Amino acid sequence: MSTIEAAAENAHDDHGHDHDHPSFLAHHFDTPEQQFDSGKLGIWLFLVTEILFFSGMFCAYAIFRMLRPDVFEGCSQFLNTKLGAINTGVLLFSSLTMAWSVRCSQVQQNRGLVGMLAATICCAMIFLGVKAIEYSHKWEMGLLPAGLYFYDPANPHPESHTNYLFYICLPFMILLGGVVAWLIASLVTRNTFHLKCAMPLSVAAACFFVGIGLGMVLESGDSEHGSEVAATAELETEISLIANSDDIALERLAGDAANSGAKSELNARMQQLETAGSSIVQDGEEISGAIVSVEENVMTQRKAGVFFSIYYCMTGVHAIHILVGIGFLVWLLIRAVREDFNPQYFGPVDYVGLYWHLVDLIWIYLFPLLYLIR
Amino acid sequence: MSAGSIPSGNQIKDPGYPTASENYLTNSKGPWTWLFTLDHKRIGVMYLIGVMTAFFAAGLLALLIRLHLFRPEGAVFTGPEANNWYNQVFTLHGAIMVFLFIIPSIPAALGNFLVPVMLGAKDVAFPRLNLSSFYLWVFGALFFVGALMASGLDTGWTFYTPYSTSTDSSVILATSGAFILGFSSIFTGLNFIVTINTMRPPGMTWFRMPLFLWATYATSIIQVLATPVLGITLLLLIAERVMHIGIFDPEFNGDPVTFQHFFWFYSHPAVYIMILPAFGVISDLISVHSHKRIFGYRFIAYSSIAIALLGFLVWGHHMFTAGMGPMTTIIFSALTFTVSVPSAIKVFNWLATMYKGSISLTTPMCFALAFIFLFTIGGLTGLHLGTLATDMHLHDTYFVVAHFHYVMVGGTLVSFLGALFHWWPKMFGKMYSEFGGRLAAVIIFLGFNLTFLPQFVLGSRGMPRRYATYDPEFQTLHQVSTAGTLLLLVGLLVALYVLVRSLIKGERAPANPWGGATLEWHCTSPPPFYNFDRPPAVGDPYDFSDIFWDTENERYVTVEPDREIAPTETPEPAHAESTN
Repeated sequence: MSTIEAAAENAHDDHGHDHDHPSFLAHHFDTPEQQFDSGKLGIWLFLVTEILFFSGMFCAYAIFRMLRPDVFEGCSQFLNTKLGAINTGVLLFSSLTMAWSVRCSQVQQNRGLVGMLAATICCAMIFLGVKAIEYSHKWEMGLLPAGLYFYDPANPHPESHTNYLFYICLPFMILLGGVVAWLIASLVTRNTFHLKCAMPLSVAAACFFVGIGLGMVLESGDSEHGSEVAATAELETEISLIANSDDIALERLAGDAANSGAKSELNARMQQLETAGSSIVQDGEEISGAIVSVEENVMTQRKAGVFFSIYYCMTGVHAIHILVGIGFLVWLLIRAVREDFNPQYFGPVDYVGLYWHLVDLIWIYLFPLLYLIR
Repeated sequence: MSAGSIPSGNQIKDPGYPTASENYLTNSKGPWTWLFTLDHKRIGVMYLIGVMTAFFAAGLLALLIRLHLFRPEGAVFTGPEANNWYNQVFTLHGAIMVFLFIIPSIPAALGNFLVPVMLGAKDVAFPRLNLSSFYLWVFGALFFVGALMASGLDTGWTFYTPYSTSTDSSVILATSGAFILGFSSIFTGLNFIVTINTMRPPGMTWFRMPLFLWATYATSIIQVLATPVLGITLLLLIAERVMHIGIFDPEFNGDPVTFQHFFWFYSHPAVYIMILPAFGVISDLISVHSHKRIFGYRFIAYSSIAIALLGFLVWGHHMFTAGMGPMTTIIFSALTFTVSVPSAIKVFNWLATMYKGSISLTTPMCFALAFIFLFTIGGLTGLHLGTLATDMHLHDTYFVVAHFHYVMVGGTLVSFLGALFHWWPKMFGKMYSEFGGRLAAVIIFLGFNLTFLPQFVLGSRGMPRRYATYDPEFQTLHQVSTAGTLLLLVGLLVALYVLVRSLIKGERAPANPWGGATLEWHCTSPPPFYNFDRPPAVGDPYDFSDIFWDTENERYVTVEPDREIAPTETPEPAHAESTN
């Protein structure tokens, strides 16, 4: 920074900011094309690292799904498909507005660019709002990572002492307050630049609460709570057919979970039992009755806990990426208001766009893997 | 070629010396111009200071380990906590050496300095990202210091579960540090890939790049592709400790071997992050100091890429005894052997380069020769460990310790020193004492072998690694090893003295002290802040035919035959009427 400024002041002006070196072109690049290509290659490489970053969790998902398919089948019924679907739609729409804003920046439609960026931020906020409803609901039920898990099928909705939704909303309330204060301040001082920035951002901040409302309506719209309990009940009978009371093997597994051999052996046994069990059910009712009497529930800390660990890790890291994306989009929006972009220099919009599409794409994989596949 | 005098009737090209306002070291003054610089050369120098500090700290820990092992019952740490102390010392020695020294040593410190200069570019593609990766390195280092200050770390540098999820030492601080250092490494690699792809000067095709750039490129590929997996693994490990997510922790139905798979999927390629830049350095050193074109340029270039790609397929050989299926272990063992092929190609090419060359036995060349010897031993003993049957016997013994120290220290550290001595005149514009440098190289070579050769014997006789005490039958070999460490220490101190003394009393370095043909020798020593006035003309990086020794000024110069300058009279515009 200072070196280069000092450098520019030095005697060698002929290789500093010489002839047609526009202000947006960094000193070490020769042409805008070279700068754009460098940035583009850079962001693609960064996206590769992002995919590899998520791949660790996808691997974990694959491994544990293979080891305990019944747990994944049972637990995914606790995820609200409706909310997931709405969020998928919202993100897909945000990808459209993002692509549109790249187009706007290329043809220098500044008003359109600001609008489209604001729309993208609004969608991101709605996504987070819906996600907040999903998270807080599960936390109240105790559907948490293995170490904190306390779900009790007999009492799925314990009297909660903490209002999780309030705590999630709190930073967003502060944010909304801050942006609105900024808006009012810029209205009072009649600063057009600040006004132009603060207006779309206040709408975007308010959109978080639109997402909250949307999530609440959708969740209470149908008898979601009832269906969950029904799902559990259905699950319990289903599972009880599958599993037998092979307590010895289970205990051995519990004692030595590092032993993958024992685990796969147990797995094989359970699959065998599943085939055998279903054939027996077709034959005689009294036998099936005997099997139903054996209680086996996947909704325990050691089983469902792992599913919810993976769920929270994947969606949590994804949500962090949404938050980071919002940060970049706000930066772009302010620069767009400042009219920084032109047909020769739209790289930043393009790069953030690529990042945003990747975040969207990861959700497109998360939604079916966690919510839909039963 | 260099010997003999400059043929007459030729023009001498030499950039001369930089003025104080051009010299990148002096063109702006004050600590802030260093701390917030975007100049890749200054960032490289800051990295150099940083990694040397880390090396010093981790080296002292190594010294403590060896001194402790002087007696079977332990000589340094005493009392009931002795073994815990030992565990912490070897863990931090490994973690600091790997994450803070070896991984950033050549790529970040020397690579930052050399890559743009070798490309004839003004800077790397993303200078701000470059500075931020340096500060990420600093923050990562601070986290390690924090872990040391808090309750230490005793998991070994590998953080294996389930121990790392249950120990009381500060695993979270150390893993956060490694996570941050990972991003530093990713950003450096990303920067170099983009720089090499988009900023090569006109005329520099892929196969006219110096081999150091090929090696850096291959290294960067690994940094970008492998490090994110370490990132998520460490993040999951932190989550495991905080919330018990049950992915790695058997107490909550997790699978600790999964952690090992995740960890080595990064950390085996990371071994090649450590050694590949060393290969690049040695390719350049051997060729320049033998004053002969590198033998088999394309093979060396391709073998770097081959190592980078094959390196992703062999992580399982760290886990032969961890309970994988027999078929899996056989496949991993076979794949491990394939990596040795490109490595061997390089060694043979270096030997063929020296054959019939006119070798100057300078300090960098001494280090390069030491490298070839030590790396060959390190590589060949790797085959013992890649073989399933012998690995069952040698796994987790001192044989493994000796093997990877031959590669990491005998390979990477020795080539790092060689590179430092080779490019020192370019970086700081000072010549050092040749005698002192050679002496350091010889002492380091002897001290290193004295330290680690006995460990092969110890390992094959069954001495397990990471033990604070041992049976008296191993005592003699352990004592020889400890004596070697002290000799190695002396050698390193001599090297440090020689380099520091050159900064104070050294002669001014000419632009091309060794007779190299790559672009960095075409600018002054030290380079001006803008590297090159205009994009330099790019020739063959290993063509030494026009480089001659100038006896009068004791320097190498590039010589060009006298050319007729274009006609002095202005030509008439030939088709003035036809041009629009």
